[in-house]
Amino acid sequence: MNIAILSGKGGTGKTFVAVNLATVAGKSVYIDCDVEEPNGRLFFKPVDNKQSLVTTLIPEFDNTKCTGCRKCVDFCRFNALALIKNKPMVFKEVCHSCGGCSLVCPDNAITEIEKPVGFVEYGYSENVYVVTGCLNLGEPSGIPIIKEALNHASKNNNLTIIDCPPGSACSVMESVESADYCILVVEPTAFGLHNFKMVYELVVLLNKPFGIIINKADEKYDAVEEFCNTNNIPILCRIPYSQKIALLSSKGEIASLHDIETAKLFQNLLSSINKEVLK
Amino acid sequence: MKIAIPVNENVLETDVCVSFGRSPYFLIYNTENKQTEFLKNSSADAPGGAGIKAAQFIVDNGVNTLLTVRCGQNAADILNAADVKIYKTSSTKADENLKDFTEGKLELMTQFHAGFHGNR
Repeated sequence: MNIAILSGKGGTGKTFVAVNLATVAGKSVYIDCDVEEPNGRLFFKPVDNKQSLVTTLIPEFDNTKCTGCRKCVDFCRFNALALIKNKPMVFKEVCHSCGGCSLVCPDNAITEIEKPVGFVEYGYSENVYVVTGCLNLGEPSGIPIIKEALNHASKNNNLTIIDCPPGSACSVMESVESADYCILVVEPTAFGLHNFKMVYELVVLLNKPFGIIINKADEKYDAVEEFCNTNNIPILCRIPYSQKIALLSSKGEIASLHDIETAKLFQNLLSSINKEVLK
Repeated sequence: MKIAIPVNENVLETDVCVSFGRSPYFLIYNTENKQTEFLKNSSADAPGGAGIKAAQFIVDNGVNTLLTVRCGQNAADILNAADVKIYKTSSTKADENLKDFTEGKLELMTQFHAGFHGNR
């Protein structure tokens, strides 16, 4: 089973939930798809790490073959190509690697070359196989990294936890595509509710079964409760703000390994999701 | 010489558009025959690479000089390759900038922004 952990805004507790769920699950896979700033590995501290390079394809022109016919420029819907003084110009960071330019070129002047955009790191932390997607600085799209990271999902029916990027953009859609269940982590604030609504719309659109966790839930925030009531959204659990958990997290410790109550909370959460998915 | 200005409307009294790549029109002034024409900018609503496409467009229309509020690095690379000179506008009205340019009052643009590319 693949469970994706999402939230509208950063800092609601996605990684906290994802890391603890993977930990209490016994044998599991944890995949950090927040490739711009992956931080699950700070808690897992995986060992025996290996890396695989991730590349995308970009066009390279052979100026001796290019006749300046302009078919590639006219074809590129991302406007990544220009033709000035009969010489082609490539704007790598705008290119979406569709390969169309090399297909339409009548003179065979374009070859696609690999451009590194980041890497995927994988290793073990006790029973958890920890996979981390890392996007190179300045790269605009993490999608190729996320695709490669998700290839590491469990093939033996072990639980796979997918720690998504914040928000509801393409990178999140890519991350949740293979999920059997989504957990939306919500913060009981006006800002938290606003951003939660965006991911809520996304999982409804993608037709994914889901439930929510209200994190740092010291007091009930009526607007969130009301929204969940009206839309029949199951509240899986509430995690109270706790100094103990905060302190453990600040030291890079996994709370479930040091605090029996937190461990119980996540074990219960896991069994209620199992029931939900098998329904 | 052909001068281009990104503008909001296709009338002589128009304001200069603050965006180069996504301006609705380009005002093109031909200094030889003193004619003004307005070209619709087809990259105004492009999902990405608007500056690149707009720069290609004004180069294809034989423009040698661009007067603009600002310009992104990608567009500037194309315009430089095509020897189009880029000047910074001094006021909001297109016609006043044309006048200032002919009087030599506009300065060459030296700073280009990295772009306002939205998240994909």
